[in-house]
Amino acid sequence: MTTTAYEPNMVLVNETFDVVGTRPIRHDGADKVTGRALYGADFDTAGLLHGKILRSPHAHARIKSIDTSKAEALPGVLAIVTAKDLPTTKAGVIVDFGEGNMELKYLRDNILASDKALYKGHAIAAVAASSPHVAEEAAALIDVQYEVLEPVLTAPEGMKEGAPLVHEDLKTEELGEKTDKSSNLASHFRHTKGDLDQGFQEADIVVEREFNTVTVHQGYIEPHPATALWNQDGRLHIWCSTQGAFVVRDSCAQILDIPVSQIRVVPMEIGGGFGGKINVYLEPVAALLSKKTGHAVKIVMSRADCFEGTGPTPGSYVKVKIGAKNDGTITAAHAYLAYEAGAYPGSPVGAGGMCVFSAYDIDNVVIDGYDVVVNKPKTAAYRAPGAPNAAFATEQVVDELANKLGMDPIDLRLKNAAKEGTRRADGPVFPRIGCVEVLEAMKSHPHYSAPLEGPNRGRGVSIGFWFNIGLASSCSISVNDDGTINLVEGSTDIGGTRASIAMQAAEVLGIAAEDVRPSVADTDSVGYTAVTGGSRTTFATGWAAYEAAQDVKRQMIERAATVWEVDADSVEFDKGAFKSKTDPELSMSFKDLAGRLSSTGGPIVGRAAVNPQGAGGSFAGNIVDVEVDPETGKVEVLRFTAVQDVGKAIHPSYVEGQMQGGSAQGIGWALNEEYYMGEQGQMTNTSLLDYRMPTSLDLPMIDTVIVEVANPGHPFGVRGVGEANIIPPTPAIANAIHSATGLRLERLPMNPGAVTEAGWKQRK
Amino acid sequence: MPTVYIPSLMQSLTGGKQTVQVEGSTVRQVVEALEQSYPGMRARLVDSGRIKPNISVAIDGEVTTLGMLQKVGENSEVHFLPAIGGGSHNRHGG
Amino acid sequence: MPGKTYVQATINGEHTDFLCEPRQSLLEVLRDVIGLTGTKEGCNDGNCGACTIILDGRIVTPCLVLAVEAEGKEMTTIEGIANGSTLHPIQQSFLENAALQCGICTPGFIVATKALLDENPNPTEYEIRFWLANNLCRCTGYDKIIRAVQDAATTMQEAKA
Repeated sequence: MTTTAYEPNMVLVNETFDVVGTRPIRHDGADKVTGRALYGADFDTAGLLHGKILRSPHAHARIKSIDTSKAEALPGVLAIVTAKDLPTTKAGVIVDFGEGNMELKYLRDNILASDKALYKGHAIAAVAASSPHVAEEAAALIDVQYEVLEPVLTAPEGMKEGAPLVHEDLKTEELGEKTDKSSNLASHFRHTKGDLDQGFQEADIVVEREFNTVTVHQGYIEPHPATALWNQDGRLHIWCSTQGAFVVRDSCAQILDIPVSQIRVVPMEIGGGFGGKINVYLEPVAALLSKKTGHAVKIVMSRADCFEGTGPTPGSYVKVKIGAKNDGTITAAHAYLAYEAGAYPGSPVGAGGMCVFSAYDIDNVVIDGYDVVVNKPKTAAYRAPGAPNAAFATEQVVDELANKLGMDPIDLRLKNAAKEGTRRADGPVFPRIGCVEVLEAMKSHPHYSAPLEGPNRGRGVSIGFWFNIGLASSCSISVNDDGTINLVEGSTDIGGTRASIAMQAAEVLGIAAEDVRPSVADTDSVGYTAVTGGSRTTFATGWAAYEAAQDVKRQMIERAATVWEVDADSVEFDKGAFKSKTDPELSMSFKDLAGRLSSTGGPIVGRAAVNPQGAGGSFAGNIVDVEVDPETGKVEVLRFTAVQDVGKAIHPSYVEGQMQGGSAQGIGWALNEEYYMGEQGQMTNTSLLDYRMPTSLDLPMIDTVIVEVANPGHPFGVRGVGEANIIPPTPAIANAIHSATGLRLERLPMNPGAVTEAGWKQRK
Repeated sequence: MPTVYIPSLMQSLTGGKQTVQVEGSTVRQVVEALEQSYPGMRARLVDSGRIKPNISVAIDGEVTTLGMLQKVGENSEVHFLPAIGGGSHNRHGG
Repeated sequence: MPGKTYVQATINGEHTDFLCEPRQSLLEVLRDVIGLTGTKEGCNDGNCGACTIILDGRIVTPCLVLAVEAEGKEMTTIEGIANGSTLHPIQQSFLENAALQCGICTPGFIVATKALLDENPNPTEYEIRFWLANNLCRCTGYDKIIRAVQDAATTMQEAKA
């Protein structure tokens, strides 16, 4: 491998903004600190009924019969639905939402099971009643007869010859080619670059390890809520908490077999999602119940429903082998990734394969990915889905290489860091990225050089990559005669994006962030907008706001020209004022002109619909200090520093918040969280007491370093910030534990039991 | 001419070649040109006139949502990637 | 099924009466009967703290209190925190510190913080973390919440001085 001199990317310092980069109070702030903001479960309407879903107690069972007669007889019960109430599904029909595909039968069966229950918590039937208590009583009276089948619970188990089949008709697919064999292996892909054998021959040292991770949940604090009213005119109205109102609309249209124009989805405020509130679960059921009763029907999940009946992120088996020369040059890398898809095909192993080695410039790589169905809930997105599972492996192997080579772990990463022009093993060539800058920022951070004293303490580092996405967004802006603007957008605001989007429009128009009134509209009232996810909202919807503001600016320039009786070409707009290029006397502020719109030709509305590419990947790195209790194996995080390249931070406070939140979720994933499964596939810790996400007492302050390597693919240089930050915590903590104890933790979570057990095994 | 990167699991059709160059200014034309040179390729990539659900197309590193209609530049790189999914929306993250 | 029970209580300084079933939790009644939906439900078993209110001077999770038990009691919910038309310093501090993202846990945190600062106007970081350990937040990693509480304590101390 030849190394070429590399000039680090320029950090964005040469452009100054008036609004972008400041920290205004969010527009929805007062509503959210007074309790006035209305979330999905807060919705009420006249004649509202309450729904409850009956779920399978078995992880794998054939449904022999469903007897609803006792439940129907209970006073207060108005309707009961089962899979029979869904449209019939032909096998092999693929539905396409423009950003992901799924077999329609699977989509419908996950809403209400038709022939088999494929996981504990799989929805079987639902009741609509006069109160939630009556609905719950009625659900318990539904008599379901099951033939209980043996469950398969992990990817390696599912791939074994003779394993119980989750779907008897599922055949393995190898990039477009179906094989004949019935299997739990839904698909296999491979990325290759260079010559792997040659690469390992060039290596002086090779490290290979196997890692296992278990299912974890997004853990949003708001349980899923949905209310549906199938109106007597045939139109279906849905009020829910979702990351994507249009995805709910399109999914329900497919599942219920009605046109999208017959559905209006009103996105209520959303109490956390992290990827888990993209897929629909309750909405089609509430719709069916509403159709049967003629009333609006509200269903709110219990916490146990959230754990057992929605999509978590998968457990996985990952084997990583990396070879390096004595000077630290990585010559070859091989990854074997087997991820649990859950009950239906579609784990995030593809994303895992895209990210597993993407922080590094390696000449010889093979990545094998396996998507395996198991008897657990169908996995859904969770913050950089698939990437943490892969990085837990790669970043520990890289750490071990550094130890064995006697190199500083950041220096080893810097020596092999991906940079502009690096070709990833899955094909694409990196545009301008900030991997080197993140590593440099980590190395120069005072935390990295601070003394770490005391026994049983250790420091670890790691880095992670996430690719981010663009996708469609729409915005419209109307100008008020007091010089403010109303901004209508389709992205649900899950963490301050009303502000980060409004600020981009304000920057263009030279007005204050507070002079923008942003609102999130329903699907009848704004152009198509894809999910709040993939770290895309500030990037893509922000871009739509930028373009809509440009549209307003163009029209306002023409209006100024009309008022001044000059040519529009001779008018310019700068720092909030319209000016004549030729006559210095002619100048008018945005506010002044806004006040004259009605008398000079009428209102001005700007609009934009974008579908941008060039989201630009984001790199995140951590420095972590831990102390390990030698008696109990309990790990305490003493100090935590999160570094991330975000392109340009539009609202730095909420950028820091994303980094801190992703870090905290990563710490929970590392140390506590898991679906603790019984042998028959029952999750046994379905309360927040037992699932045990980090509390304020478990965490230190989380220091943040925002690195700004401008994304050339965005008007203000934005990259997404939401996801990459969850990738480095698990391996950074594992590396810190190794530094403290000499133990390599090869599975998650690294709870006291796991650390103690590793001590017994590795210190024999 | 655009350069097409052949996924390793399809290289049996190209006699082991990892990259091939074919004419075409849209993905549709690139697929047709591939089929001319390497019969069987179209059936692996396309179903009912559309890119198969489990495959995504990236032009110069950017996954396109336009499928067969996506324009391809004279010097573009075309990647056919496994759109592991079958699976709702989770390829694109939370 | 038994009939409904008549309950009188004081909520946010106002005398309130309601009818409830014996099986209804105070959380359910606050939200669905009285319409105070600012109190949020996250788990319905006392583990997330999203529904935290102050009941006779102590913080409780009303999902674990039966509504009939509220007879004669005095309660403060998130709707009773602001000072008329101005935000309470804690609410203002949460906004200035960007101490919320999705906002679902925020009412519970603000009510719990009010109770903390009423009892201990100048808490240490550890005391804040200990007090708020029953309030789960999944978005922020708590960092900005802790800072917001510290800032609110300072502001309120200064206002008193």
